[in-house]
Amino acid sequence: MNELTTASFDAFVTQSTKPVLVDFWATWCGPCKVMGPIIDELASEMADVEFAKVDCDAHAELAMRFNVLSIPTFVIMKGGSEVGRFSGSMSKETFKERLSNFVK
Amino acid sequence: MVHEVIIIGSGPAGYTAAIYAARAELKPLMFAGLQPGGQLMLTSEVENWPGEADGVMGPDLMEKLKKQALRFNTDIRQEEIAKVDFSKRPFTVTTSAGVEHQAKSVIISTGASAKWLNVPGEKELQGKGVSACATCDGFFFRGKEVVVVGGGDSAMEEATFLTRFATKVTLIHRSEAFRASKIMLERAQKNPKINFIMNTVVEQILGTEKVSGVRLKNSVTNEVTEMTADGVFAAIGHAPNTGIFKDFLKLDEKQYIVTEPGSTKTNVEGVFAAGDVADHYYRQAITTAGTGCMAALDAERWLAAQE
Repeated sequence: MNELTTASFDAFVTQSTKPVLVDFWATWCGPCKVMGPIIDELASEMADVEFAKVDCDAHAELAMRFNVLSIPTFVIMKGGSEVGRFSGSMSKETFKERLSNFVK
Repeated sequence: MVHEVIIIGSGPAGYTAAIYAARAELKPLMFAGLQPGGQLMLTSEVENWPGEADGVMGPDLMEKLKKQALRFNTDIRQEEIAKVDFSKRPFTVTTSAGVEHQAKSVIISTGASAKWLNVPGEKELQGKGVSACATCDGFFFRGKEVVVVGGGDSAMEEATFLTRFATKVTLIHRSEAFRASKIMLERAQKNPKINFIMNTVVEQILGTEKVSGVRLKNSVTNEVTEMTADGVFAAIGHAPNTGIFKDFLKLDEKQYIVTEPGSTKTNVEGVFAAGDVADHYYRQAITTAGTGCMAALDAERWLAAQE
């Protein structure tokens, strides 16, 4: 899993040839803990998407820049720009379905 | 394969049932559901769990219960049950992916979920200032003003928790009487950052890109006012997660599962209910753990009597 920082974020999302799913999370957030293993599994199953994480505690500037007001929030980036987002905990099937709407 | 017991739900009731059933060598199969760990995953510090003298974080407590259930070989699946059939034996439960599993007995511990306000603007602004989890999202309201709606313990807890981040927390409650316990109410009342607005309901959540305020209506004078706010947290109570059981089990007028007094037996023999799904009165982590234990013992005895 790619752990992004305020310093590495922009280069990572603009240089990626694949769409990037960014998981905004934090250690104190129960639903984020639920989604963690699901995202890890999908990261190894879905070759057409790059998965990355942003720890909102350590990188609050990024959370602010993306106007994240609720976690977990998942932001999909293509060529450096946001193309969609969704938030909350959900089943693996639902997550996959919602993600695939943005990466087709 | 027909399992001895399937447990649906993974809050303190489900995990306690799993620990007892697993130690009784019933090889329980647990479906953790969409919110593994249940409501405690959305709380911060739990101060009243016996044995944790210094308090424990809700998610940490659930991690410990899960570990204990796994220690005795509970088979835990991170899947949701979408359908059940209790009309014939063995019972059938079907996951949201469409896979069927069968069991001689079922323990239901699907708990309850927080109710939304159901007012205009709420759905549209979810994740944009409308939040279902103060402990998850409070951090993003540093230096901002927020509204908490409700008059019970969870409203007091959320309001108090949010003062760590927000400059001002306004608690809006529809009446003058509080369901909250004295200790929680007093803690909130003493907090200089919390303002109380009584006899008032939220009519609408305002804002387009993000929450900008709320429209309020005084239920005594009918006066309508608007107030600015950056965040809205609803804590107006819970509804039981019993939708998939309603064709088979007796529910009360609030849709909670009815159990035989002093036991966890439902109206279907071999189906047991534990925790908040069958209790709108106590609703404590420790009482649901207690009924989870009862459900495992009830299931064990019922299974033994079938042989």
